[in-house]
Amino acid sequence: MDFLRPTTLAEALAAKAERPDLVPIAGGTDVMVELNFDHRRPPGLLDLTGIAELARWSADGDVLRVGAAVPYARIVQDLGDRLPGLAMASRTVGSPQIRNRGTVGGNLGSASPAGDTHPVLIAGDAVVEVASARGARSIPADEFYLGVKRSALEPDELITAVRLAAATGPQQFAKVGTRNAMVIAVCSFAVSLHPERLRVGAAVGSAAPTPRRASAAEEFLSAELTSAGLWESREPLPDSVQRRFGELVAEAASPIDDVRGSAAYRRHALAVLARRSLGWAWREHSGGGNERCA
Amino acid sequence: MPNPPHHANTHTRRTVLKSTTVAAASTALLPDAASGAASPAAANPGDVVRVTLSVNGRSRVVDVEPRVTLLDALRERLGLTGTKKGCDRGECGACTVLVDGERIKSCLTLAVMRRGSEITTVEGLADGDRLHPVQAAFIRHDAFQCGGCTSGQIMSAVACVREGHTGSEAEIREWMSGNLCRCACYQNIVAAVADAAREVRR
Repeated sequence: MDFLRPTTLAEALAAKAERPDLVPIAGGTDVMVELNFDHRRPPGLLDLTGIAELARWSADGDVLRVGAAVPYARIVQDLGDRLPGLAMASRTVGSPQIRNRGTVGGNLGSASPAGDTHPVLIAGDAVVEVASARGARSIPADEFYLGVKRSALEPDELITAVRLAAATGPQQFAKVGTRNAMVIAVCSFAVSLHPERLRVGAAVGSAAPTPRRASAAEEFLSAELTSAGLWESREPLPDSVQRRFGELVAEAASPIDDVRGSAAYRRHALAVLARRSLGWAWREHSGGGNERCA
Repeated sequence: MPNPPHHANTHTRRTVLKSTTVAAASTALLPDAASGAASPAAANPGDVVRVTLSVNGRSRVVDVEPRVTLLDALRERLGLTGTKKGCDRGECGACTVLVDGERIKSCLTLAVMRRGSEITTVEGLADGDRLHPVQAAFIRHDAFQCGGCTSGQIMSAVACVREGHTGSEAEIREWMSGNLCRCACYQNIVAAVADAAREVRR
């Protein structure tokens, strides 16, 4: 097995152009498991940890650009205020040791339907930046995932960053697992309120061959909030609206029965997660929750 | 671990055998992984690369295939068997070491990726015969039974204390969640971490 350790992105892209079979490795938290158990014998590894520009995040106005190799721990520490949804999902990844190394770029590269950050990226309308020796392009998050562990990434391309707007409203992420640490999600859900656009973002994880936008739920809730003037009045959400939102989120999923849970359980749990997460987000939007309302 | 050797250069029969094999293998000219690694010629399938690791303040040279994990390099090549292999897939935490002060799982990183990093294993915690406060607290609180997870727990606890995630029992449990104990000594482990944190702050 070859091992290449470029120190610039240009070098890495040149290597990937010449050898598309090279497997990129950064945090190693997915790739190493496959190597250790001989599930995969790549002809070579492309170590991205020597490329400084991939390990940085930056702000361009209201848009945050998070380098593909920024570990989850840094996202939690540095970006919790501007990207609360991504920070919340990052905080549920693995364990402290895993979060010190694992990256959003790796989550995208693996493209597991259960990857924790995917629903957040979709709900927040994130854009995935990829590059090759041929040039760079941007892929909207909800067009990035093509199937179980399949993505829109071409063999000669590398993921360089994700771009997403700083939060303008509350964001929530929730997932179901057997314990809080070291679990692969049974199902997961993310919601983002975008009051300035009168829009709601919502997406499910681990409940379909790919992470998936819950479009009908988004449209229903956006319309309800706008027509009832709730964005401005910030009054409590009618229970019927929360429940319908949960139902529509569950309908967006096409889950399977597997070792972690049944399809029926996943659908039920998603409806509950969606209703609760929306409740938390709306309470934040209302500014202080029940005490203030009462 | 009442008295861990400061540097594990005591040769057991096994490490002698291993180092002889490696010495024989390394008579051929080895590509140095620290230079020119971006060139595909640096490592062909089956090739061995020379990697210099900084472990517990000492510079150590190992000749490894690129696929060798940091964990295997530490245990099998350097004889530092304090770091344990539990699951080899990042779930149990027994292989936790500090790399540049951060806790990571040494089974999920390659030795060749850790050139230039400062690695601390459980063997590097004590100052001669003086145990690290976390090690002493684990003994005081009887925070282990079989000991299989203990070095990983201790390394994780050292980082947990340094990160300041010891404000409450719940916080300690959350931030020690990457380390499993099959004997379920969690009660005592949490007490040891809390005690060590008090001691370090003192």
